[in-house]
Amino acid sequence: MISILPERLSQNPRLAWVVFAALGLLLAVLPFLVDAGMGRTWVRILDFAMLYVMLALGLNIVVGFAGLLDLGYVAFYAVGAYFYAILASPQFGIHLPFWALLPMGAGVACLFGILLGAPTLRLRGDYLAIVTLGFGEIIRIFLNNLNAPLNITNGPQGINMIDPVRIAGHSLTRPIEILGVKLSGAHGHYFLFLVLTLLVIFIALRLQHSRIGRAWAAIREDEVAAEAMGINTRNLKLLAFAMGATFGGLGGGLFAAFQGFVSPESFGLMESIMILCMVVLGGMGHIPGVILGAILVTVLPELLRYIGPLQQELIGRVAVDPADLRMLLFGLALVAMMLFRPQGLWPSRVRARELRPDNPDEVRQEQESLYDRER
Amino acid sequence: MDVLLQQLLNGLILGSLYAMVALGYTMVYGILELINFAHGEIVMLGAMVAVSLLTLLVGAGVPVPLALFLALGAAVAVCMLTGILVERVAYRPLRNAPRLAPLITAIGVSIVLQNLAMIFWGRQYLSFPPVQEVQVYDWMGATVTNVQLIIVGVAALTMGGLLLLVNRTRLGRAMRATAQNREVAGLMGVDVNRVIAVTFAVGSALAAVAGLLIAAYYGIAHYNMGFTLGLKAFSAAVLGGIGNIPGALLGGLLLGVIESLGAGYIGDLTGGFLGSHYQDIFAFFVLILVLVFRPSGLLGERVGERA
Amino acid sequence: MKSKLLIALVLASMAGGVGASETVMIGCVAPLTGPQAHLGKDIENGARLAVDAINASQPTLGGKPVQFELQVEDDQADPKTATVVAQKLVDEGAKGVIGHLNSGASIPASRIYADNGIPQVSPASTAVAYTHQGYETTFRLMANDSQQGKALGQYAAKLGKRVAVVDDRTAYGQGLIDEVVKAVQASGAEVVGREYTTDKSTDFTAILTSIKSKRPDVVVFGGMDPQAAPMIRQMRTLGMKIPFMGGDGMQSAEFIKLAGPAAEGVIGSSPGLPLANMPGGAAFTKRYTERFGKIQIYAPFSHDAAEVLIRAMLKADSAEPEQYLPELAKTQIDGIIGPIAFDDKGDLKDGPVTLYQVKSGKWETLEIMGGASAR
Repeated sequence: MISILPERLSQNPRLAWVVFAALGLLLAVLPFLVDAGMGRTWVRILDFAMLYVMLALGLNIVVGFAGLLDLGYVAFYAVGAYFYAILASPQFGIHLPFWALLPMGAGVACLFGILLGAPTLRLRGDYLAIVTLGFGEIIRIFLNNLNAPLNITNGPQGINMIDPVRIAGHSLTRPIEILGVKLSGAHGHYFLFLVLTLLVIFIALRLQHSRIGRAWAAIREDEVAAEAMGINTRNLKLLAFAMGATFGGLGGGLFAAFQGFVSPESFGLMESIMILCMVVLGGMGHIPGVILGAILVTVLPELLRYIGPLQQELIGRVAVDPADLRMLLFGLALVAMMLFRPQGLWPSRVRARELRPDNPDEVRQEQESLYDRER
Repeated sequence: MDVLLQQLLNGLILGSLYAMVALGYTMVYGILELINFAHGEIVMLGAMVAVSLLTLLVGAGVPVPLALFLALGAAVAVCMLTGILVERVAYRPLRNAPRLAPLITAIGVSIVLQNLAMIFWGRQYLSFPPVQEVQVYDWMGATVTNVQLIIVGVAALTMGGLLLLVNRTRLGRAMRATAQNREVAGLMGVDVNRVIAVTFAVGSALAAVAGLLIAAYYGIAHYNMGFTLGLKAFSAAVLGGIGNIPGALLGGLLLGVIESLGAGYIGDLTGGFLGSHYQDIFAFFVLILVLVFRPSGLLGERVGERA
Repeated sequence: MKSKLLIALVLASMAGGVGASETVMIGCVAPLTGPQAHLGKDIENGARLAVDAINASQPTLGGKPVQFELQVEDDQADPKTATVVAQKLVDEGAKGVIGHLNSGASIPASRIYADNGIPQVSPASTAVAYTHQGYETTFRLMANDSQQGKALGQYAAKLGKRVAVVDDRTAYGQGLIDEVVKAVQASGAEVVGREYTTDKSTDFTAILTSIKSKRPDVVVFGGMDPQAAPMIRQMRTLGMKIPFMGGDGMQSAEFIKLAGPAAEGVIGSSPGLPLANMPGGAAFTKRYTERFGKIQIYAPFSHDAAEVLIRAMLKADSAEPEQYLPELAKTQIDGIIGPIAFDDKGDLKDGPVTLYQVKSGKWETLEIMGGASAR
């Protein structure tokens, strides 16, 4: 039912406006509803969910659109976060404004993407995955150790007291009253993140349906054929990498300002895998699916917390610690999705048909093309 | 001089452990062109099973050689079963899927195994029971222990056995044939599925032995020990030339020596600018450099650049 | 004393039924799930003991009877979750907070408490940075890593003039060793080697070999027991028979188990007095074990954290943070853990550090350093 919505929307502009207006209204009042119904904590969780939506959409460009498995995506997130942290904290006593640093951080992350991508993108898919993984670890190790002889990142201690986002001179961490409505820090960040998330979604959508997006899809499906069609695969792969890195850097800057504290611990391999999980779970290459995936992966662990008390109620003791279950479930989800629903929970229609064709001719055709690819 | 000798010895012992694990990666890759991410977790499983059983048996008064034999046997059995199961459940259905799919399941399987082990054994470190008095021998200013000698000896024996298996037996020939061309091997009457399952089983058995040796050497085992080890061993396999068995041996030993000398001398070489905090970077640098400049590794002949 | 306590407990159980008094919420945050769940529970129980005892004494604020209520939250030892639950406590109207356990959680959370003016007393976080951020609301009851590192360094310098140090590149290990290095040099000894490892390593032969070549008299390690145990084993097999020391991360029963016979003679430090040497130790142990079972480590500290918070409120005759915060800063009481007073940062004044040594497979008290009531 949901998957047919966009098609019907594009045919019926009036309905589309109604749906958009309703969605806009819902997003605007959501934090207040959540605040009233479930508590302020959940507003903060929503904030994180949106941060991850941005990151997942960034990774989706690389993995979903261009079909390049990047296991070190968190490196770009880290670069963005540290760039902001270093230039807006007491670390060097530099306090540049948020609005200048955010695009610059994204730009620096983009540069890192190009630097990493240029030599490695000619590697085959699984080699690329491993190399990016190694790159992610190298970045983390450097962040962890660049406190001597010259203290740049403050090493394992991390950087603290990072400047919060300021809008018109007002720090977003403090409560504010606008038009009689009292907004907490969590609410303020919600609206900031919402605007940026919408921007990222917009860019991702435009990219997907552009010439570039179609070229990426061609590379993903068959690189040799794409090259034969005159697509400059090297540059386009590099572009995908750079775009993904840019979004990662953007997310990093936001994270640093929101959290006020960054340390290398936050940028481990598991974080990369979590973001990958969001993309895979939702549906690689399908933007609404990826958004859904990001929200699920952020919110589910919060719901898992209730499993502890629930076990206490039901069997009188906590048999399995919910904290232990979290990663297990993600691992199972990765395996299960690949085996039973490779198109994701909310796939695009094209991709769904491609990966789970119901027409036997299509099945044969797909298998043949895969066979071609392998040998 | 004695410091250099000691560092070389340290590196060779570490490297022989890497080599054992690297073999598992290289065998699977040779046949399926799949990076079996979960292999490091199989090593962990071997270590955990062996250590917990050994502790139990020694505690119950079973004589040490028998207890060791039983613990190793159990670890090998558990690892082989797990290896075969993982292949059957997570990789075989995806054999013809796009390349990303089995790689993602491999990561998933790795996380699942790690977390199951955590739930089963808890988060504590297991300690290897003191079954053998450690003897330290001095040799030209460097020291070696009997445990280290046993480890290197067992590693050499197992790897020698593997070489014999692959090069001298009918099964080995079937494995090599499958690695060269799965379809043609199938047409020639090789039961490809069986050969692949056996490859996983053999690799996992090696992993079990490696797990036991690692636990014995360092005295501890932990649910988290497999992942980094796996990555490093994979780097070693790539260094030697992935898919190439002697390459895995060479790559493992070399990586061990590189890490050891690197950590030992990087501080002096860079005038204190870089220090041993960068020890873990060497493996990744080696990996990236080899993949970028010589994807076939030191001993490999394949061209690793198909799309 | 004992009979008074009994009456207090009886009254406490009755007080629940009265309910006419106002309640003041005090937050208590620690990891209640995951690997440190038992330590988190220790903190919760200790604080509960103090709160219940004070409630039983029929306290009043501003002339009205008042009851203190402990609101317990789980931060999963995770920096991100820590900020989420901190926000939650602030929103629910907590007047003061006991927690968190891990420095990595205390530090990011402290920004949220400080922004809202809510005092935070950590019973366990030892990273120097926690109280050195410039917030007036951060306090702690444990000697910090600087005090501990100083004690370790001074003792190491007593053992020999050539000291080698190793840290595990975590915030804890690095912070501790930095202080050790300072103290060693201040005591006229020399740091002949500084090596590094990670909190996941098991092979230390390379760094130990290069340490050995520098011929030190003693090795000090900043890190946790899973690394310390193989490290001391490898030192012995490399023929290094010199003393080995470390901080509270390895001063555990686990270390002795993992290191086996090699543990013999190893020296480990721990902030605070041994339970047996605490002025109120014996009585507290009895009260605690009657109700909750075995004390882990932190219960006496969280008990006193609750105590100092509530005493300050009672003294200021108000539960409003801005009213009682000055009283909290001026705290001057004899707690279970010894005399409690804060310096201008909010650190425990002259916090004691105890050195232990493994003798026949057990940690025995070696020396108590610092502390106003060291005897």
